[in-house]
Amino acid sequence: MGNKQTIFTDEQLDAYQDCTFFTRKEILRIHGRYHELAPHLVPMDYTNEPDVTLPLALIVNMPELKENPFKNRIVESFSEDGLGNQSFNDFVDMFSVLSEMAPRELKAIYAFKIYDFNTDNYICKEDLEKTLNKLTKEELSAEEVNLVCEKSIVEADLDGDNKLSFADFENMIARAPDFLSTFHIRI
Amino acid sequence: MDSVDSVFYSDRIGPSSNPLLDQLPSYQSLLYRRKPTASGSMKRRGSSRTRVGSSSSWKWKGEKVEERPKTTSLQRPVREQPKTIEEKRKDKELRIEQDRDLGSWKLWRQTTRRSLRRLKEDGLELLSTLQLWRGDIHVIEGMFGTGILSYFSFLRFLVLLNFVIFLLMFSFVMLPIIIAPRTLANTTFNIYDGSECSEYPSTSRRGLVVFHQYIADLLSGTGFLEETYLFYGYYKVDAIHFPKFTYKLPLAYLLVTIAYLFLSLIWIVKRSASGFKRNLVQDEDRFQSFCNKIFAGWDFCITNETAARLKRSSLLYELKTDLEEERIKQKIADRTRKEKCRIYFLRLVLNLFVVAVLAACFYSIYRATIYSQKSQMEPPANFILDLIYEYLPSIVITLANFITPLMFTLIIQFEDYSPAFEIRFTLMRCVFMRLASIGVLLFSLWSQITSCSGGSCPCGYNHELYPCWESRVGQEMYKLMIFDFIIIGAVTVFVEFPRKLIVTYCDCGLAKWLGQQEFAIPQNVLEIVYGQTICWIGTYYCPLLPAISTLKYFIVFYIKKMTLVKNCRPATRPFRASSSNFFFLVVLLIGLAMACVPVTVSIAQISCSQACGPFVNYTTSWEVVPQTVSQLPKGLRRFLFALASEAFAVSFFVITCLAMFYVIALAGAHKRVVDQLREQLAMEGKDKRFLIQKLCQAQRTPARSLGAQSHSDRGSQSQSGAQNYCSPEGVLLARPSVSATHV
Repeated sequence: MGNKQTIFTDEQLDAYQDCTFFTRKEILRIHGRYHELAPHLVPMDYTNEPDVTLPLALIVNMPELKENPFKNRIVESFSEDGLGNQSFNDFVDMFSVLSEMAPRELKAIYAFKIYDFNTDNYICKEDLEKTLNKLTKEELSAEEVNLVCEKSIVEADLDGDNKLSFADFENMIARAPDFLSTFHIRI
Repeated sequence: MDSVDSVFYSDRIGPSSNPLLDQLPSYQSLLYRRKPTASGSMKRRGSSRTRVGSSSSWKWKGEKVEERPKTTSLQRPVREQPKTIEEKRKDKELRIEQDRDLGSWKLWRQTTRRSLRRLKEDGLELLSTLQLWRGDIHVIEGMFGTGILSYFSFLRFLVLLNFVIFLLMFSFVMLPIIIAPRTLANTTFNIYDGSECSEYPSTSRRGLVVFHQYIADLLSGTGFLEETYLFYGYYKVDAIHFPKFTYKLPLAYLLVTIAYLFLSLIWIVKRSASGFKRNLVQDEDRFQSFCNKIFAGWDFCITNETAARLKRSSLLYELKTDLEEERIKQKIADRTRKEKCRIYFLRLVLNLFVVAVLAACFYSIYRATIYSQKSQMEPPANFILDLIYEYLPSIVITLANFITPLMFTLIIQFEDYSPAFEIRFTLMRCVFMRLASIGVLLFSLWSQITSCSGGSCPCGYNHELYPCWESRVGQEMYKLMIFDFIIIGAVTVFVEFPRKLIVTYCDCGLAKWLGQQEFAIPQNVLEIVYGQTICWIGTYYCPLLPAISTLKYFIVFYIKKMTLVKNCRPATRPFRASSSNFFFLVVLLIGLAMACVPVTVSIAQISCSQACGPFVNYTTSWEVVPQTVSQLPKGLRRFLFALASEAFAVSFFVITCLAMFYVIALAGAHKRVVDQLREQLAMEGKDKRFLIQKLCQAQRTPARSLGAQSHSDRGSQSQSGAQNYCSPEGVLLARPSVSATHV
């Protein structure tokens, strides 16, 4: 508050504080992290809102995301073009939704996007199988994978179309007690 | 551009899209996300690009705009909306513009609300930086995930609880005594009337004292430590007369004891409330479900490669265990009658065996205590031997608590339960063992204290052997706590560290058999709950015990962190964060309940010692309260008597029972309603599909009659188009119509 920083104007910082779950200090820190991903590409001065995007490969190598089996899908879901090229706005939005303070409904919306591999707005059996294989690095046998996916669909599918729509997914997430504590990244 | 809102309606390109579905009221309600943010989402529609579905639905929404008034006060904050930051910024600016149209009062209210919220956020951030061990816990979370994190935050909670109990004890019992000589207060001490009951031989060492005697005293609380603020016996003050009022120390001592037990109860219940609510609403199978594991199983906080590998293997293990559990359930359902009889008989025998083992342990604790007490009366033969006799009950308890869990895990494998139940049942047995051993120790102490040589005790207790029995009990609790701390440190240094060295550097069969140490959460939690129970019981006899406990847990945190980081790997059988918090607090509550029993018995039942302590002028400690009440003004006294009368007690009890039954019935009814609604939802979904198929069929019939007049392939094309238009199940309905039109 008292320091003179030249990265953002005060209005920009205000806007960020209102549009995300971060405080000013955290936003500046996140900008620092974004900058160190590609110091020659990302300018330190964001007051005139430069149009800089970083490719998926750079972002996915961050220590917070490196070990995550869904890292590609996470970055893709928060990018404008759907291919993983993130501007600073996307970057900060991603960490805002994944922070502790984001409410469950918001996280559920983005979680649905992340687990929907073929982006058809349904989590079908193939999406589930891909999720499971990424989680276990394909160490379950095909029969076991099939069984687990079938059981999950039976548990969560309410409208009987053998795939999870967003309503099914959200209903299931509301009953999953671990979701809030595991679906968060600290930065 | 694939915006987030496309989640809410099906893709246009997909095979099963249907404009009818977009127009359904339930679909529209999904867009409004529960709260009546009608105007907010209206603006959202307006400001974003028009990639909305069919024009008819857009028109419908257009009508809505005029209908609903601006309800700015019901809008959700901008940042909770699933849009990109540019859209959120536009939203915010739009809202600010809206606010300008409002009156000055509403504008002022909005701005104050915003600035207050920002102030609150800054304040919370400041508060969170002050939180104890924030950085350490962050590191642990990154390396081991949220299961082990819950153990460490539980430890932090206990440090805080103990510190608050110490503050309570200090400010109400010790502080008045300390400041009394410095102010103009007049303290009256307890009168010792010279009878045989009030004879208290001094225990301070006199003459030439060997140095190791001091160490023995420090470790067992005797000698120079006995007559200090540490133990009950030192508080000989009856009342402190300040200029304005009289401060009665016995009353304060008693009330603080009750207060800290109450405070602990309320704090723990408050902390466990959220987990408890969740457990009530969901039934057992649900929250261990496959969906929970797949979608909420991966801990996004993990940043360490080893931890990620371990998390993966633990998830794999969990899934395999779940699949196996399904198989076992099937097996149990298929059991024949003969097998059932055999299993039940085996279980009975094994349970009897467990009871026998427990009885043997308790008996050995009892004998050890009696032997230790007897040998403390005689002069010490040898320094080391003296210490061993002092610590004999602690040693026996620790040994029993080490052997019995191993035995329980071995026995439960024969009892053929499902894996989840096995874990829980073993844990329950271990909890019972741990907490009951303290009870047995106290019971054996009391049997010693209240048994006199001549049959009945003239002073109500054995005044020859125990002139100040509360201090003696306090000493036992002190010894238990010190020994517990020593054991935690010793096990870390002498067992876990060498094991890690062996496993890392030695490539022999022993290393392979041992494997790397697992951080077993249940056992560690039992350990600290055991320590906390000792603290709760012992604070009445040893007022400085909470301070020692705070220090102990503080150091234990660092010891456990170090052993976790250097020696351990996470358990293969993972402990879920959600259920573990609840489990820890339930065990702690059991410990608290167990701790209340001895304290209540000693306050109300056993006569307090006449030779030391604040309650010399009363037969039992509880007597202070009736005496104080009798000195209160008349109106207050009558009110308090009314509260304690049978009429009030019985009616209060009846009303509480009724309230409890009502609440239980309500919970059961809600559960039933939830199940019914779930079935209804499934039915509604099926109804919807059925109706849409029928509608498609009805729409197709006039279209097909037109198509049959044109070319046949065009007709077939429109047919296949129509089939693609409706859901694939419509194929079955189309066939009869085909035969009808092909004449």
